[in-house]
Amino acid sequence: MSFEPFTVVTSPFVALPMQDIDTDRIIPARYLTVTDRSGLAEGLFADWRVDEQGNQRADFPLNHDDARGAQVLVAGENFGCGSSREHAPWALVDNGFRAVISTSIADIFRANALKNRLLAIDVAAESLGQLLEAGFGTVTIDLVERRVDLPGGTSVTFEIDPFARRCLLEGTDELGFLRSKEDAIAAFERRLEPRP
Amino acid sequence: MPTRADTMPSTLYDKLWDAHLVRPESTDTPAVLYVDLHLIHEVTSPQAFDRLRSDGLAVRRPDLTVATMDHSTPTRRDDAGDFLYVTDQARIQVECLASNCGEHQIRLYELGAPEQGIVHVIGPELGLTQPGMTIVCGDSHTSTHGAFGALAFGIGTSQVAHVLATQCLLQRKSKTMRVRVEGSLQKGVTAKDLVLALIQQIGVGGATEHVIEYVGDAVRRLSMEGRMTVCNMSIEAGARAGLIAPDETTFEYLAGRPHAPSADDWDATVARWRELHSDADAVFDREVSMPAAEIEPMVTYGTNPGMSIPLHGEVPAPNGDAAIERALSYMGLEPGVPLLDHPIDVVFVGSCTNSRISDLRAAASILKTRRVADGVRMVVVPGSAAVKRQAESEGLDRVFREAGAEWRDSGCSMCIAMNGDALEAGQYCVSTSNRNFEGRQGRGGRTFLASPLTAAASAVAGCVADPRELLA
Repeated sequence: MSFEPFTVVTSPFVALPMQDIDTDRIIPARYLTVTDRSGLAEGLFADWRVDEQGNQRADFPLNHDDARGAQVLVAGENFGCGSSREHAPWALVDNGFRAVISTSIADIFRANALKNRLLAIDVAAESLGQLLEAGFGTVTIDLVERRVDLPGGTSVTFEIDPFARRCLLEGTDELGFLRSKEDAIAAFERRLEPRP
Repeated sequence: MPTRADTMPSTLYDKLWDAHLVRPESTDTPAVLYVDLHLIHEVTSPQAFDRLRSDGLAVRRPDLTVATMDHSTPTRRDDAGDFLYVTDQARIQVECLASNCGEHQIRLYELGAPEQGIVHVIGPELGLTQPGMTIVCGDSHTSTHGAFGALAFGIGTSQVAHVLATQCLLQRKSKTMRVRVEGSLQKGVTAKDLVLALIQQIGVGGATEHVIEYVGDAVRRLSMEGRMTVCNMSIEAGARAGLIAPDETTFEYLAGRPHAPSADDWDATVARWRELHSDADAVFDREVSMPAAEIEPMVTYGTNPGMSIPLHGEVPAPNGDAAIERALSYMGLEPGVPLLDHPIDVVFVGSCTNSRISDLRAAASILKTRRVADGVRMVVVPGSAAVKRQAESEGLDRVFREAGAEWRDSGCSMCIAMNGDALEAGQYCVSTSNRNFEGRQGRGGRTFLASPLTAAASAVAGCVADPRELLA
C-alpha cells in the first residue's frame, strides 16, 4: 500500500490544554461498534464537543472559528493514554488532523498514529506551553528537517523513529516491510519446531 | 558473535525479547518480533481483516490465533434465551467476527460457547497463556498475561493486520522498570489496592516506554488471579507491559488446563519455564519500591486511575493543579472531604481486572449474610462462561441474587459500556474495573475504582465503605 508522502505541513493549530487525554475522550466507546473506519470524525471528542442535547459547545476549542481547517492538534502531556483503540487516530485523521504535538504521547497511541500518517511529535514543555497559551495560530511541521516552526519565529527540532519517518516520507506502510522479511520469518519458525 | 547471555546479566524482558527476535533492530529499522499467541475480538479486528482482503493476504498462522467475543456482547437475554444486543450495529460487529473466523479457519469461542469470555480471562483459564510466550491482542489490557512471565501487550488494528498476515510485529525495545513490593499486605488489602497505590505513586504516564517487572515477597504471595490484576493495570501507568517471573504458583495454576502442556511434556516444559527470571545482577532502567504493609485499601476520586486515595484519606485540594480541579468538577466532589460514606448509585463487579472466581468469592463473602442497600443497583458480570459455571457450582450466584444483585452472562459489560450496560449521567459507581475516565462507564457517569471487597462493602452500605469492618 502506498500513500501521499508526508513532508511539510503548514496549518492552523488548535490547542487542548488538558493533560492525560485518554482515547475514551478522543472517541467514546459507543462509536466503536463499527466494522469499517469511515466517518469516525463524528465521534471525535464527542462528549466534549457536543452537549447532551446534541448542541455544539461554544467553549470547546475545536468548535472555535479559529480551529477551522486546523490540521495540527496541540495537547497536554500523556496524550492518547488508555485504550489501544485505533479508532482514536482514525477519528483525528477523518477530521483532517495530520499531526499531534505534546510533551509526551502514550506508546500505543503513538504507534497507531504513525501507521495512519498522523505525525506524533514530542516537544519540550516550554514550547508546548507557548502553543497552549496561544490556543490558536499557525505552525509549520517539516518532517524532512524534523523541525516545528512555532508562531513568533522560533523553531524546535523533534525526535522521531527513523523507520516511521522513512515510511511517512516515502508514503509506504510497515506491512510491506514486514512481508519482505518472509524468509527470516520462515527460518525462525523452523527453529521453533518442535515446540509445545 | 557472543550473545547477551554470554556477556551480561539479563532481565526477564531481555530474555523474552531475545527468544522472539526474527530480526534484530538497527538504528534504521525496528526489530521483527515473533508472536506466539494472537488473541482477537470483535471490536479491533474487522478493519484488520478488511486489510487482508484488500491486499489479498491469508492469515499466516490461524493455529496461533484465537478469537472470542466480549466487548459489544450483551450480558442479558430475553425470555426466549436470545441475547439482547444494544444496537443492530453491535450484533453486526459480532457476526462479522464469526464470519472472518470462518473464512480464515480461526478458532472462535463465540457468544454462548462454554469457553467464551473476556479475552484476558479466557487466555489464562484455557491454558493458552503460558510462560515465555509473546502474546498480543488489539486491547490495551493484554498486559494481564504478563502475570505468567509472558511478554504481552496491546496493539492497534493496523498491527492486528500485521500479525494476522506475518505472525510478527515491528517493535522497538522498551526500557525496563522494576517494581519491588516487599512485606505483607494487610488483611482486606488486595492486589487491586496494590496496583492502584503504585499508579498513584508513579502517575498515569509514570511507566510510559517501560516494561514493568514486579518482584518482592508480596508479589510472590499473590495468587495467579491477583498477579493478573496487577499486570492488567500496568497499562494504566502507561507501561508497555507488566511481567511477573513464573514460579510454583504459576505452574500449579496451569497444570491440567485444556491447552497447557500435556503430562508427558510437563516436567521438561516446567524446567524450561524455571529459567524465565531476571538474573540476580540484571540492571533496570528504573527502580520503584513500595512497602506492602503501608498499602491501604484504595479508591479513586478522579478521572484517571492515578487519582486515588486510601479509603480513609481525603479528596485532595487542587492547589492550582488544573487536572485535579477539572476532575473534581466532573466528579462533583469537594476537596478535603473523605470519600468514605459518599453515597453511590451503582456497584459493578466485573472486567478483565476483577471478574475471576476469586474476585467473585471475595465479593460474595461480604454479601453472604447481607443485602445490597435500597436504591443501589449492583451488577455482577463474571469474566467468562467458565467463571460463571464455577460460581454457580459454589452457589455464589444465589448469594448475589438473594442480596439483590443482578447476575449476568460474561463480557466486558460496564467496564467499557459499549453493550448497553452503562451508568446514567451523574450516577456514582463503585467499580472493580480499570478506568475511571470521564464517560468511560457511560456519558456523565462517575466511577470510583476499588477492589471487589470494597465494592461489595459499598453495595451493602449504599456508600463508599471499608470492607475490613465486615470481614470475619
